Amino acid sequence: MILETETLAKRYRRRWALRDCTLAVPEGAIVGLVGPNGAGKTTLLQLIVGLLTPTAGAVRVLGGRPDAAMRSGRVGFVAQDAPTYAGLTVADHLALGAGLNPRRWDAAAAGERVARLGLSPRLRAGRLSGGQRAQLALTLALSKRPDLLVLDEPVASLDPLARRAFLDETVAAATATGTGVVLSTHLVADLAHTCTHVVVVAGGRVRLAAEIAGLDDLERVVLDELGKDELGRAA
Amino acid sequence: MIRLALRQFRSAAWTAAIALVAVAAVVVATRPHVAAAGVQAIVPRTAFGLVVIVAPALIGAFWGAPLVAREFEAGTHRLVWAQSISRSHWLAVKLAVAGTAAVAATALLSALVTWWAAPLDDAAAAVYGTFDARDVAPVGYAVFALAFGVTAGLVLRRTLPAMALTLVVLLTTRIVVTGWLRPLAVAPTVVTQPLDPDRTGYGSGGNILLGIGPSRLRPEAPDIPDAWVRSVRILDAAGKPLTDQVLRATCPAVTAAKPGGPAGPAPESVRLQMHDCVTRIGDKYHEVITYQPGDRYWTFQWWEFAIFVVLAAILGGYAFQRLRRTA
Repeated sequence: MILETETLAKRYRRRWALRDCTLAVPEGAIVGLVGPNGAGKTTLLQLIVGLLTPTAGAVRVLGGRPDAAMRSGRVGFVAQDAPTYAGLTVADHLALGAGLNPRRWDAAAAGERVARLGLSPRLRAGRLSGGQRAQLALTLALSKRPDLLVLDEPVASLDPLARRAFLDETVAAATATGTGVVLSTHLVADLAHTCTHVVVVAGGRVRLAAEIAGLDDLERVVLDELGKDELGRAA
Repeated sequence: MIRLALRQFRSAAWTAAIALVAVAAVVVATRPHVAAAGVQAIVPRTAFGLVVIVAPALIGAFWGAPLVAREFEAGTHRLVWAQSISRSHWLAVKLAVAGTAAVAATALLSALVTWWAAPLDDAAAAVYGTFDARDVAPVGYAVFALAFGVTAGLVLRRTLPAMALTLVVLLTTRIVVTGWLRPLAVAPTVVTQPLDPDRTGYGSGGNILLGIGPSRLRPEAPDIPDAWVRSVRILDAAGKPLTDQVLRATCPAVTAAKPGGPAGPAPESVRLQMHDCVTRIGDKYHEVITYQPGDRYWTFQWWEFAIFVVLAAILGGYAFQRLRRTA
């Protein structure tokens, strides 16, 4: 298992953002995390990469604590909205990746990827489009040659055509290296072609965790799970 | 990490370098004429002093407060904390870069101004009057201001409120240290002398903001070069201060006089009365002056520097602890 959570929970002041979350992600799995806004997706992902500390329960990433896994450089993470330093250039960002991940950084791959995407090294990140910024952030995460890639809403800023291309390319890159991926989205359509597993989160709880191959109609199953939540709230 | 920290600090460093070069140019160009300038040098001397006093505040607000707060505002902490480097290491390197620059900039600025003003300061013979705009004290202020700005940014997570808080706290801390902590360095020197009837008057003092005290006997400030006079009191042989009752009983004519008369030299009769009064008081009472002599200047400079550096270290320790708990 590259990722395990056990009765994981996170509370912000009086509101539970995530409760009783138990998951196991096998090596090489590509997990799509779906759920409406505010479902707890970002909270779960930030717990996985150690940006948040759990209120209860435990996370094991690559067999250890999240901060140890991050320190090893074996986890790549792109936060929601793909934050980058607006004042730093593309080249500065690659230098940042190289300097902060000296043991894992693949400079050749990073340079090649940026060139292929047509990102000029001298351009400041603040001048890039949302999609280009997402690509730059993903390049930083991928060039660590991670064993686990965690992406929070990676395609939110992309148009529908670019979404598909971005996801296909990400999955191709991950599959080629055997990297496990956990990505979140609120569009079920993003999952069917790219993911091996689906996790449905709503109201801070995991509703469903299954292999996509075993599901007849992914979209209907997911919407059913989310619908139950709506009904539950109405009742 | 050092490369990223230097890259992020680059524009701030350029601004500071340009400002320092400008000050240095003025200092070097005008220094040969300072000694001969006399009264004309009062304005530039005050202005240079202000620059030295304001610099640490700018460092705290513009280098310290955004150092971490801006990362929170842009969300880039989620980028940089997801690399193979601990948060503590990240903050330590950022602090080291900004801290080195702050120390270098204020040390250089203070040295330039101290050198420029040396002829005027020597002539003024009031080393404690320009105490916080000379030598090492400003460096301590800058280190403290930076540490406070960074910590405020870390706690508030927003640049502007952190900047405002930094300025307010720096000002408050300076006032508290000057009033209460600075004097604790060394016990003051105490000298006793008889009351001088020619240099002692009667009246009240204070200022409009803090209020004007009641009228009392006032010996003229003693003329000790470079001294920081803490108090001038009138005591009897047993060490008890002169009370209002005693004064009124001894000099009814002086204390009964109403204020608000025309300004100008006192009439001869009044002066005789005053002279008479002080002579009679002087039979039993004497003048006790507590002061810090000028040769303790460096003790006070290092003491002040140490106070602010220790405060900065405490803030820094808290910042690292807070950073580990930040979720």
